[in-house]
Amino acid sequence: MKFSPIRRSLLALVLAPALAAGFVGSAQAQTTLLNVSYDPTRELYQEFNPQFAKHWKSQTGEDVTIKQSHGGAGKQARAVIDGLEADVVTLALAYDIDAIAEKTGKIPTDWQKRLAHNSSPYTSTIVFLVRKGNPKGIKDWGDLVKPGVEVITPNPKTSGGARWNYLAAWGYALKQPGGNEQTAQAFVTQLLKHVPVLDSGARGSTNTFVQRGIGDVLLAWENEAFLSINELGPDKFEIVVPSISILAEPPVTVVDGVAKKRGTEKVAQAYLEYLYSPVGQKLAAKHYYRPVKPEHADPADVARFPKVDLITIEDLGGWQAAQKEHFADGGVFDQIYAR
Amino acid sequence: MATAAPSLPLRPTSSAAPPFRVLPGFNLTLGYTLGYLSLIVLIPLAAVFLKTAELTLAEFWNVVTAPRVVASYKLSFGMSLLAAAINAVFGLMLAWALVRYSFPGKKLIDALVDLPFALPTAVAGISLTALYAKNGWLGQFLEPLGIQVAFKPLGVLVALVFIGLPFVVRTVQPILEDLDTELEEAATSLGAQRWQTFRHVILPIVFPALLTGFALAFARAVGEYGSVIFIAGNIPMVSEITPLMIITKLEQYDYTGATAIATVMLILSFALLLIINGLQAWTAKRTGRDR
Repeated sequence: MKFSPIRRSLLALVLAPALAAGFVGSAQAQTTLLNVSYDPTRELYQEFNPQFAKHWKSQTGEDVTIKQSHGGAGKQARAVIDGLEADVVTLALAYDIDAIAEKTGKIPTDWQKRLAHNSSPYTSTIVFLVRKGNPKGIKDWGDLVKPGVEVITPNPKTSGGARWNYLAAWGYALKQPGGNEQTAQAFVTQLLKHVPVLDSGARGSTNTFVQRGIGDVLLAWENEAFLSINELGPDKFEIVVPSISILAEPPVTVVDGVAKKRGTEKVAQAYLEYLYSPVGQKLAAKHYYRPVKPEHADPADVARFPKVDLITIEDLGGWQAAQKEHFADGGVFDQIYAR
Repeated sequence: MATAAPSLPLRPTSSAAPPFRVLPGFNLTLGYTLGYLSLIVLIPLAAVFLKTAELTLAEFWNVVTAPRVVASYKLSFGMSLLAAAINAVFGLMLAWALVRYSFPGKKLIDALVDLPFALPTAVAGISLTALYAKNGWLGQFLEPLGIQVAFKPLGVLVALVFIGLPFVVRTVQPILEDLDTELEEAATSLGAQRWQTFRHVILPIVFPALLTGFALAFARAVGEYGSVIFIAGNIPMVSEITPLMIITKLEQYDYTGATAIATVMLILSFALLLIINGLQAWTAKRTGRDR
């Protein structure tokens, strides 16, 4: 068969991508996992992934490469809903994974029961980051609503992390003597009046507090507060742990629909289970998450986490109920600002 | 003679016949135009409307008239119009200086004007916030005067002025370059004062271009998210822009709610741009520069 020059170049045009795809295809014969996570876990998984790859190789002889993707938890969940092929998701709150389950059907709705401790191999809590020397004398939630105190927290409607902040404050008010829904709403309303800036995400709030010098207290996840102090020097900020806080559970799960299709179910499952192993627990504690099995972690790391009276999201009726009551349109948060 | 006239072969005047064109390729270019426009603009926009159509009219109305959303329209459209107006005044001055005068560093300044185009908007937002926060270079002087820029609606205006500037300068500049100084000399020799020369000679010529620049700066400002979000403060009812409301809906996995607000933004922006275009055509016609 003879081709005219034009035909030939057309043929080349059609074949080139196909060939290229073939090469890439053969290069990908090795197993890859995509872990879609949220922002502050970057360093943790950077260290955990090679450890798991080594473990997997020694167990099965197979090579596995783990790719990470980080971003705001809500954005990451939406990316998965819109078709990003994540084998596992490790996000900031169960509500985001619920959304993936509900919108795509790629995760069964009872996913949170599949792994121990509500599928959260590590937890955290909400603490206060204050300026060095704690000039406003902040010790507990009640101090945040004193005159002249400015509080920085992200917008709970756009930030998953900020929903924990808000619910921790709510839980504190509920636990006070005579506390009920009304007093809790009154307290949170008071608290939000002390918030001059509502950034759209946790990183934005940290930036506002640390770089712009706005506010006296930053409400933050404990692990992120530690990261901030690490990055910026302990001579500028200190952590204050309130009397009551909330147990923040960033859960993990396999995206069955994707893993089945890509044939990665086994390795994905093993990857998440390895987070509960001594190696995973040790790394979690090293990266400032509270390990669910502290006996496996370095005692020096565990000593950094003071004892706090923790309420859980179940105490507040679970994520679906909390979302509906507080953060949905027309919910308590909207009512507070609607005046 | 008179009877012969009707039998003369007349030129075809039927409207069905295609008009004669000197250059070929009309159908091809029209096809490309429509195809390209559909692919790049119309299909994505249609998707927005289609997704919105999943809502009933009552639901749609509830979403787009919620108090927080209405407050955000006022802020977004109000500040965008104000920012475009400020840019129209100062952009015209800047363009005038760049065209009419030569001074050292002129090339550099000319290049600087385009910077807001090129800078990632988030970078612009972060630098402006750093500048205007109470510990920033400018903020530390403004704050004692009781002027708060960062984390207030005023901060939104500052960011929108920043990103809109090149649009006005770059649309007005070529018109000013084509403007003959003879026109001004003639006006002066006919006894016009400087203000009269500007008002009756220069302004009518640059006005259509100025309006275009205004419209572009406005359109850009309405849709701006990255630079504004860092400096706005984002307090509900006070300093939330409409694009943030859309993001808020998306964070709640409320895709239809997000597209509903987007639809309202599109319609409002389109209506305003139509009005500006109409105004432009009208002034062009009035001053006899119908193009």
